[in-house]
Amino acid sequence: MTLDRWIALAFITLCCIYGYAAFFTMDDQLPPILRRNPVWPSTFPKILTVLGLIAGFVILFGSKRAAGDAKKDGAIDLTRLGNYHVGQALALIALMVAYAFTLRPFGFVGATISFLLIGSLVLGERRFHIMIPVAAIAAVSIWYLVQEVLGIFLRPWPAMFM
Amino acid sequence: MIEGILIGLTTAITPFNLMMVVAGCLIGTLIGMLPGLGPMSIIAIMIPVAIGIGDPTSALILLSGVYYGAIFGGSTSSILLNAPGVAGTVATAFDGYPLARKGQAGKALTIAAIASFAGGTIGAVLLMIFAPALSTVALLFHSAEYFALMVVGLSAIAAFAGTGQVAKALMMTILGLMLGTVGEGALSNTPRFTFGMMELQSGFSFITLAMAMFALPEALFLVMNPNRAATGDGGKISGLRISRAEARSIAPVIGRQSIQGFFIGVLPGAGATIASFLGYAVERNIAKGAEQEEFGKGSLKGIAAPESANNAACTGSFVPLLTLGIPGSGTTAILLGALLALNVTPGPRLMVDEPGVFWTVIISMYLGNLVLLVLNLPLIPYIAKILTIPRTFLIPFILFFTLMGSYLGQNNSTELFILVGFGVIATFLRFADYPLAPLLIGFILGVMLENNFARAMQLYRGFDFVLERPMTLGLLVLAVLLVVLPSFRSYRARKRAEGVADGD
Repeated sequence: MTLDRWIALAFITLCCIYGYAAFFTMDDQLPPILRRNPVWPSTFPKILTVLGLIAGFVILFGSKRAAGDAKKDGAIDLTRLGNYHVGQALALIALMVAYAFTLRPFGFVGATISFLLIGSLVLGERRFHIMIPVAAIAAVSIWYLVQEVLGIFLRPWPAMFM
Repeated sequence: MIEGILIGLTTAITPFNLMMVVAGCLIGTLIGMLPGLGPMSIIAIMIPVAIGIGDPTSALILLSGVYYGAIFGGSTSSILLNAPGVAGTVATAFDGYPLARKGQAGKALTIAAIASFAGGTIGAVLLMIFAPALSTVALLFHSAEYFALMVVGLSAIAAFAGTGQVAKALMMTILGLMLGTVGEGALSNTPRFTFGMMELQSGFSFITLAMAMFALPEALFLVMNPNRAATGDGGKISGLRISRAEARSIAPVIGRQSIQGFFIGVLPGAGATIASFLGYAVERNIAKGAEQEEFGKGSLKGIAAPESANNAACTGSFVPLLTLGIPGSGTTAILLGALLALNVTPGPRLMVDEPGVFWTVIISMYLGNLVLLVLNLPLIPYIAKILTIPRTFLIPFILFFTLMGSYLGQNNSTELFILVGFGVIATFLRFADYPLAPLLIGFILGVMLENNFARAMQLYRGFDFVLERPMTLGLLVLAVLLVVLPSFRSYRARKRAEGVADGD
């Protein structure tokens, strides 16, 4: 089965979960006075559930893609996934998650410098004499712009250093 | 109208707002040139800055400048490196890149700049003419009509998604609507679909969703497929002049495609991408003999057509945004979110309640296009050099700005996890060729759609509003047709293709 049909199947599953919540759990908490309204908080979700299931099944059981639907130029060919830098992409995704975890403990400047340095390393860069200054300048510049210019608090360093 | 123009002029030409136009155009151009970041991503990144300004007029001027700048920036990278920065400039690469490889990159860039300027300016004139008319008509709309109109808008997005993509676009639209129902709604203060998670109490952030749907997948695609952003010698630019004969040749093209592009842009869901491809196709089809043969090999008309069309379409997409509060494209959907964040409610009342905002934006479009032309022509040789930045430095910065755009809006690390999660999902969706713009538009329109639906239901004590208001019924029928007809044509085309194959 093609990827788009797997996604359609996942969407149908999501609709079932969504629909279960809308049909069987949401109205129980509705105050009596609101039950007199012609529309409830669950009304729109119920409609979306039905429409979503219809759309999902249309894709799941629809006609196969025509032979003329060639891959777009520069698009990823899933049949040759090994030819692409999937490992680098996964590493960068993990790095973003790590950035989210370290943003508060390390502070904005520390976490950002680490993120940019490791990101470049993952992609194969080894010129540290360029990487480090660029990362530092970028991190400090953004911090200054956000906190000092825009007035949005952004702790630059770990709390223990402030 | 004259009074409105004067209001717009007096506001737009203040030193601060002029600075906003120039800054927006420069920022948009620079970032728009980076392969992978389109106007939706750039504007999403700039929204925190715009909100920080506080003044909705200045904020919108800045964002509009970024918008136009990004479109032109994408054209530059399309021409120089055959790496379109935005989908709307893919068609420009068909002839721009071949012309650049012939050693005439300067001429290609010059024609692109002139066509963009002309398209944007003509679009602004048409916007000025048609926006008030649409506003007058829109005053006849009530909640029932608004509901139906939004349904039409969402259906139009699916209709213009392309052959065989209607079902996928519809599914993405519905997914966006579902995401919009998470959290506390206007109908009740009871949180919906939070499953006990406090982080979802306020629903999903618009900025996070925008970043996850556009910026993150593009960056990951760049990582996985380095050839997507091939490097090249972007520093050598020459031959900026165009001859008088060439100017006469492309002038009719620019005129035609500016008008066509504008009206395509007015249709909700039909954005710059469709306008540019259609413009290219039309001009190619009506060209004669040797001129037609030149298309795809460096035709000047092949550059002028998509450039004027996509810029006019960008302007046209402001018509439904400003006068009806309905985004005409993915980018204006993000602008709509920005306006709401600035406590400006687009719609037919915008001209009445806040004429300064309305007319200043229109006047700033003229200024923005002029700024682009004046600033970018001499800067083209230097702007292009940014493309020589190694991807090992470029991509981490793209990811960083994506994360910051989301974090600054919420100041909560949890938002970053949501961003990454949605980004991964969006990447898989793109693998399967699911369009993502309908998802975002559905998300933004979802709240308004539900509110108008609920209000109409309450006013008429049920679904009677569909039959009692002819315009509502007509619009809903139109919405159904917009979904059914493309599907039927797609089905018939496949059957015909199968028949031909069997015959062979």
